[in-house]
Amino acid sequence: MSVDTTVRLSGLELKNPVMTASGTFGYGLEFAPYGDLRELGGIVVKGLSLAPRPGNPMPRIAETPGGMLNAIGLQNCGVEVFLRDKLPRLPVAATPVVANLYACDAGEFAELAGVLAGAPGVAALEVNISCPNVKAGGIAFGQDPSMAERLTEAVKKRAGNTPVWVKLSPNVTDIVAIARAAVLGGADALTCINTLTGMSVDIRTRKPRLANVVGGLSGPAIKPVALRCVWQVCRAVSVPVIGVGGISSAEDVLEFLLVGAHAVQIGTANFMRPDMAFRIAARLPRLMEELGIGSLDAYRGSLVLPS
Amino acid sequence: MVISGICRDVSILSVAAAGPEGAAYGCYVIELENPGFAPAVSGQFVMVRPAAFGGDPVWPRPFSICRLTPEKLTLFVQACGRGTNILCRLAPGETATVWGPLGQGFALEPDVPTVMLAGGVGIAPFVEYAATHPAPENLSLVFGHRQPLSCYPFEAMAGGIGRARAFHEQTPEDLPAFIALLDETMAAFAGGLALACGPRPFLVTVARLARKYGARAQVSLENRMACGVGGCLGCVEKNALGSYVQTCTEGPVFWVEELSLLEGA
Repeated sequence: MSVDTTVRLSGLELKNPVMTASGTFGYGLEFAPYGDLRELGGIVVKGLSLAPRPGNPMPRIAETPGGMLNAIGLQNCGVEVFLRDKLPRLPVAATPVVANLYACDAGEFAELAGVLAGAPGVAALEVNISCPNVKAGGIAFGQDPSMAERLTEAVKKRAGNTPVWVKLSPNVTDIVAIARAAVLGGADALTCINTLTGMSVDIRTRKPRLANVVGGLSGPAIKPVALRCVWQVCRAVSVPVIGVGGISSAEDVLEFLLVGAHAVQIGTANFMRPDMAFRIAARLPRLMEELGIGSLDAYRGSLVLPS
Repeated sequence: MVISGICRDVSILSVAAAGPEGAAYGCYVIELENPGFAPAVSGQFVMVRPAAFGGDPVWPRPFSICRLTPEKLTLFVQACGRGTNILCRLAPGETATVWGPLGQGFALEPDVPTVMLAGGVGIAPFVEYAATHPAPENLSLVFGHRQPLSCYPFEAMAGGIGRARAFHEQTPEDLPAFIALLDETMAAFAGGLALACGPRPFLVTVARLARKYGARAQVSLENRMACGVGGCLGCVEKNALGSYVQTCTEGPVFWVEELSLLEGA
């Protein structure tokens, strides 16, 4: 049987639903030796800010059961260097490259959106309203529905025709409330979820394992939380949802699609092996064939709930 | 900076205790199929994630290339945590995902008197360095170790190079004598080249002595790493300008003056 892995999402056509998650795939170029970037459904690059950011002190990462904590602190080269040195080397004609935006206030977010939306080769903007690792802003936007709405609106105003995705935090009482607020603000799609705030300590040295003390938990350990969030949000909003959190196989991809996601992002699994996202993208059509899934449009959201 | 690398699933060829007491002290030599690597620069490293990890631990583990031949990749591993304990119990025929060769290796200046300063398992990259050096008579080795000497590839190396000296640090009280040996060594090689690999406090001492004698020295860092390819920004080290540099792609080998190892030390 022939299978169709194509996905349409906020005006973009992805050749498959397998994208990479911001902060786990560098600027894409780092992973080019390990696979053909054009084979991915999309590449979401490391979070960008207006000015370069140095990031947090070390140690920044710690391994945890089935996952890891990170407090990188959004170290990045800044939007100017990205547009000048990184973007031109990415295969933007063959696969959508999505810029992930980080800023400290709505004004900065809007300015950043203006710069990136006007840049040829940037297919969409993913707004990080949920990074847990920076002191100013970040998660505060992601925890307050009215702020999430205002921020989305501000970005949307400057984004022109470039689609705006809003990346949500799971560190909230009700993710659906934030999701609805982002949609009210004009979000074209929602990315669920960012990392879960966590902590790890060493009983011998009596020190936290991260210099930042707390960090974001990711990896297979968080997949059930991500799946639940995606399912809840998909039921509540009409815009497409992009699932992310602990995905490390084609089977995991289908789980997220089954609960309603249009597409997914591979995050921490890129660290398990640098060709992971490429392998998952290659495996997906074969798995669809095995399961008799002809198109993802038909499969999406087909979860059978107990009556 | 050239970004390159190969990622393959390869077979474990052998896992053997290093020397008669290796098993008791957790020191192992692991041989894997060469994943298709061309000759590497000594001091470069590989990431290894055996299939036996399953979904946990999540991260691969970084190891210096101890020896690389067209057929085999050899690693020297000390079982000291979850990952290395699984690795050291693998059986021949089991598979591991390996990617590399990664990062920047040690400087090679064949005619310059060069001393390799190794601490414990940090001797690993120097096995390859000595084996591929065009003028091994110009090489010296100063090796500090806590486990019995037979647990390390010291004797095999010592025969092929100019001079080799081992120092057994049995108790913390032995430390000043070892530092004195490093001091004396660094003074002697002030006009040469010093290369160091070992625990961080050891590298800080090397950096301090290099400054004291104006010696040219490189250190190989062992920062905690997730991806090994520059994707996660987790393994950074603070450089002399106060910026964070990636240990995986810009290191693991750095000239000491590029870093700020002495800050707060």
